Amino acid sequence: MSNDAGSAASTADQDPFAPVPVDLKNPTTAIFLAWLIPGAGHLYQGRRGKGILFLVCILSIYFLGLSMGGGRVVYAKWDNEEKRLPLICQLGVGLPTMPALAQALLVRQKMDPIEIAGVRMMAPPIDGEMAELHRTYGYLFEMGTLYTMIAGLLNVLVIYDAGAGPVWMVPDSAKKKKAKRDDSGADDGSENDAKNVESKESSASA
Amino acid sequence: MYDLMLFAMFPGARMLLYAFPLIVVVSLVYGATRHELWPAILKHAWDTAVWILGFMGVVFLVILVAGWAL
Repeated sequence: MSNDAGSAASTADQDPFAPVPVDLKNPTTAIFLAWLIPGAGHLYQGRRGKGILFLVCILSIYFLGLSMGGGRVVYAKWDNEEKRLPLICQLGVGLPTMPALAQALLVRQKMDPIEIAGVRMMAPPIDGEMAELHRTYGYLFEMGTLYTMIAGLLNVLVIYDAGAGPVWMVPDSAKKKKAKRDDSGADDGSENDAKNVESKESSASA
Repeated sequence: MYDLMLFAMFPGARMLLYAFPLIVVVSLVYGATRHELWPAILKHAWDTAVWILGFMGVVFLVILVAGWAL
């Protein structure tokens, strides 16, 4: 399956914003892989450059955010005490958020969550622990939550791109430049027409 | 010296540094989901980054003026 948006590849040689045919292979597999690991869907489709860009960009802000909050900004909790809504956005990143669900499951089964280097990574906070986390990390806890949420939301765009190809769009600056070029071309054309008419008139009078 | 003056005027200015990686990543990913070729992706990413910074600047000015008026 390919997404060529009804254009020829040759137009891309002249205009960098012109749609390019893209081989999407199996879009369902690409969507699943793109959700599981950001950029994996594109790597599967052979769109290596974009795949690496998504992988590096999204995972870097995800793990940067996670480290800002000491590995505790991503957790799953859905009870009367707290409904962790940011997790909905964070789940967009896929596999890196899965440990949060596993830790929540362990806590629900009255088991101790797994600790990595003494940190209850992605485990839901127990009574009073949230206040301590905020005291320790300050605004970085909120900042880390924001980073991981944005990473998840950006991956939604990436998933769409893997499933249906790019949403072709010409930036405003390029549109303005093109309009200006068209206008000047039209002006030149009209000036040339006027000159032609004048020369014809003069030759006729002669 | 000027940095110190800036931080004295706007104590939260240092927090703006956290916006930088987000602006870079959001612009690049947004541009890359709109195009397939690198020149177009980079152009679109640059435009998006400028737009975000401009928007932040306008919001900053509005809040600054509102704060002055109060």
